[in-house]
Amino acid sequence: MSTLLSIQGMSHYFGGLKAVSNFNFDIPEGVIYGLIGPNGSGKTTTFNLITGIYTPTEGKVIFNDNDVTGLKSYRIVQRGIARTFQNLRIFGDLSVLDNIRIARHFNFKAGLFGSFCRTPRALKEEKRIREEAMQLLEVMHLQNRANEVAKNLPYGELRRVEIARALATGPKLILLDEPAAGMNPKEVSDLMTLIQRIRDEFKVTVFLIEHHMKVVMGICEYIKVLDFGETIAEGLPEAVGKDPKVLEAYLGKGGA
Amino acid sequence: MGNLKLPRFTIAAVLFYVVIQALSLTGALNGYFMIIINMSLIYVILTVSLNLINGITGQFSLGHMGFAAVGAYVSGTITTLILKLSPDIAANYPIFILAIIAGGLCAAVVGLVIGFPSLRLKGDYLAIMTLGFGEIIRIILNNIDYVGGPRGLLGIPKFSNFTIIYVFTFLTVVLLRNLIQSSHGRAMLALRENEVAAELVGVDTTRYKVLGFIIGAFFSGIAGGLLAHLLQIAHPTQYGFYASALLLVYVYAGGMGSITGSIIAAFILTFLTQFLQLGLDSLTNLTGVTFGSEWKMVIYAVLIILIMLYRTEGLMGMKEAKILKIEEEKK
Amino acid sequence: MGSIFNLQQIVNGLQLGSIYALIALGYTMVYGIVRLINFAHGDFYMVGAYAAYGVFYLFNAFIGGGAPTAFIVLILAMAAGGAIATLANQIAYKPLRYKPKMSSLVTALGVSMFLEYFFSAFPLIGANPRGFPDLLPKVIYQVGPAAISNYFIIDVVVAAVLMAGLTLLIQRTRLGRAMRAVSQDKDASKLMGINVENIITWTFLIGGIFAGAAGLLAGMTYPRIDPYMGILPGLKAFIAAVLGGIGNVPGAMLGAYIMGLAETFANAWNSLLGAGIAFIILIIVLLVRPTGILGEKLADKI
Repeated sequence: MSTLLSIQGMSHYFGGLKAVSNFNFDIPEGVIYGLIGPNGSGKTTTFNLITGIYTPTEGKVIFNDNDVTGLKSYRIVQRGIARTFQNLRIFGDLSVLDNIRIARHFNFKAGLFGSFCRTPRALKEEKRIREEAMQLLEVMHLQNRANEVAKNLPYGELRRVEIARALATGPKLILLDEPAAGMNPKEVSDLMTLIQRIRDEFKVTVFLIEHHMKVVMGICEYIKVLDFGETIAEGLPEAVGKDPKVLEAYLGKGGA
Repeated sequence: MGNLKLPRFTIAAVLFYVVIQALSLTGALNGYFMIIINMSLIYVILTVSLNLINGITGQFSLGHMGFAAVGAYVSGTITTLILKLSPDIAANYPIFILAIIAGGLCAAVVGLVIGFPSLRLKGDYLAIMTLGFGEIIRIILNNIDYVGGPRGLLGIPKFSNFTIIYVFTFLTVVLLRNLIQSSHGRAMLALRENEVAAELVGVDTTRYKVLGFIIGAFFSGIAGGLLAHLLQIAHPTQYGFYASALLLVYVYAGGMGSITGSIIAAFILTFLTQFLQLGLDSLTNLTGVTFGSEWKMVIYAVLIILIMLYRTEGLMGMKEAKILKIEEEKK
Repeated sequence: MGSIFNLQQIVNGLQLGSIYALIALGYTMVYGIVRLINFAHGDFYMVGAYAAYGVFYLFNAFIGGGAPTAFIVLILAMAAGGAIATLANQIAYKPLRYKPKMSSLVTALGVSMFLEYFFSAFPLIGANPRGFPDLLPKVIYQVGPAAISNYFIIDVVVAAVLMAGLTLLIQRTRLGRAMRAVSQDKDASKLMGINVENIITWTFLIGGIFAGAAGLLAGMTYPRIDPYMGILPGLKAFIAAVLGGIGNVPGAMLGAYIMGLAETFANAWNSLLGAGIAFIILIIVLLVRPTGILGEKLADKI
């Protein structure tokens, strides 16, 4: 298995406050990799550093053998890293279909002139993007919601829309930030199946932040545990689950 | 498939033009009425172009009339110069068209200049900065004696007529409609909805923010040029902060994000302004007490407060009338 | 070039700065508490000036009545400013408190337009500028090359007293502590039992009072008032508040005096520069250091 994402010597400070410290790890292609830890341990910050929202104070992010450290977020996305957010960031007043189509925009091969004048090429591209978006919605069983205004959808479906939108960018690596938050047990099961499909059918490597232990232990192939911005354990789920440092960090906190 | 709707709007637009033009030529609609129609059309361009920046891209521009001022002064200077060299108005219509476009392009450059600082600022800070830029433009124009300084640019030839204004308005509406309902337009909408998320689905938010300003400024400059050649004067006070604030009323009344709303609002409010003025004049005559034109602005101020308190989405919200929609929705 | 930095200009600049300071404080306090740029604030200043003028108009006896009556007029102007500010808050701003910020901004514009055009349109007031009668006989002292009037002393002293009073209020009283708490964290304040809406009302009230005072001082010092007199000073005072750090009370005072001095010097050199200096300062601040001289960054959580 080749390494898809390599974090090398990454540290990040907010002013004098250490958020993340001396990270070194590799994510191999084709796995589901979990990131867990108590609140405030630096998990979302790690995602923000990888996706270019912050530029790390020290260290490098190597994706697909390319150094993407410090690149602007949209460039990193265009190179193949997508993400979802802890607090949903859906385009609320737009339709579900539009939410997906926007994620295909950077593939739009007609320029502004084409859009202004509705040239045949622009129209062809519009058709293609529409079809690709509808296909993705069908795969995610959201095709019936295509024309609904996004903010009207129930929470569980909105989470799926956000995942679909991230997938629509055609990534090789997807970062899911607490995708199971606020879900009932059935939704959690469906989510676990979906994440496995993302790995198997979409061929996308998954890097996952979760608090929901059932999800983490159920589908992750490797786990990294953070506390106060430092790694306190990593490896296979069974080993990590028994690690005394991990149990101490969580003070006995288990599945939801 | 998508092409079926475009001719529908074009047909309607052509019909409207023919009807109004016929009524005008036969004298059924007098000159005064035609001036109001022309003003309404120019305000359509202004409102729709501001809507692109504020309503679609989600930025907050409080200096939109500054762009119009640039267009007015640039085109006005060109035509007054040309006319000195070759006084035949009829032959110079092509130059006029070019002058208008030149005015728009110059305004677009100013839009680019304003667009860049806008990248670092959000919300209220952005509003204040655009306000500041609008005022700087006004102060500069007030102090350039070559274009008339505080007296304004006078003696601009009356090139604007119903046909030309109508064509420019039609083109503005169609071009902006096409843009907004295209993939590029959706990228701009994404910017409005959630800038971080837009960036994280691959949208170059910097590019689209600046683009919004450039395109909005361009059309505003066009409107300014048309206005200057209708009123035959360009004066710094026409393009100050309050003119920009009034435009905001227009955009909000119609609906942030709706071209249809902007068109309707521009017509209704421009006509309303005239009717209000007539009403005030009648009241003055009836009662002997002077009801000054400031009362119109008082009414607009109350109107905008009421809209904000009770119907923020204005007339159309973000919706578009079917006749302006390109896509068919498959249910 | 050196000649514009003389004592006379400094005196004029400090005088102007005192008035800007009183206006800027209202802007900065309101922004600190509700994150709203109250465009109408400059018009509260105008209302204060007109209230004072109205008092003269109605009670002619006040003219030439000396210091005690001047003091009463000041109180009335402050009351008028406070009243209109509280009213605007209750009617137009409070209902939109928890809606998107753009609505409040546009509403503030509406309130501003309303005040200006209403005063302009109302037959008894009207758009024409009016001369402010002399509250107190003007006395001029020669200090070296500069002519300093007693009005200068009054402006600076009144401003200083009010600013000192505000500082005391903020640092030493319960109300002041509550105001500081609310401007730092509204939700936490609520949880601690502070009635946030009340504190907001107080903030508008105090800001309006200061604006009213500034209106009277301005009317007295630059004796011409008109319904649009609040537009430019309001804008410049706001820029001063941004310069000093919006939301920061000492920052507003600092920014205002810098603005007053800068504008006076710029005007002495070249009137075009004088007209534009405020906006140039604005653009520079927003581009170089948007948080202002004494301000702090308000962070965004992703």
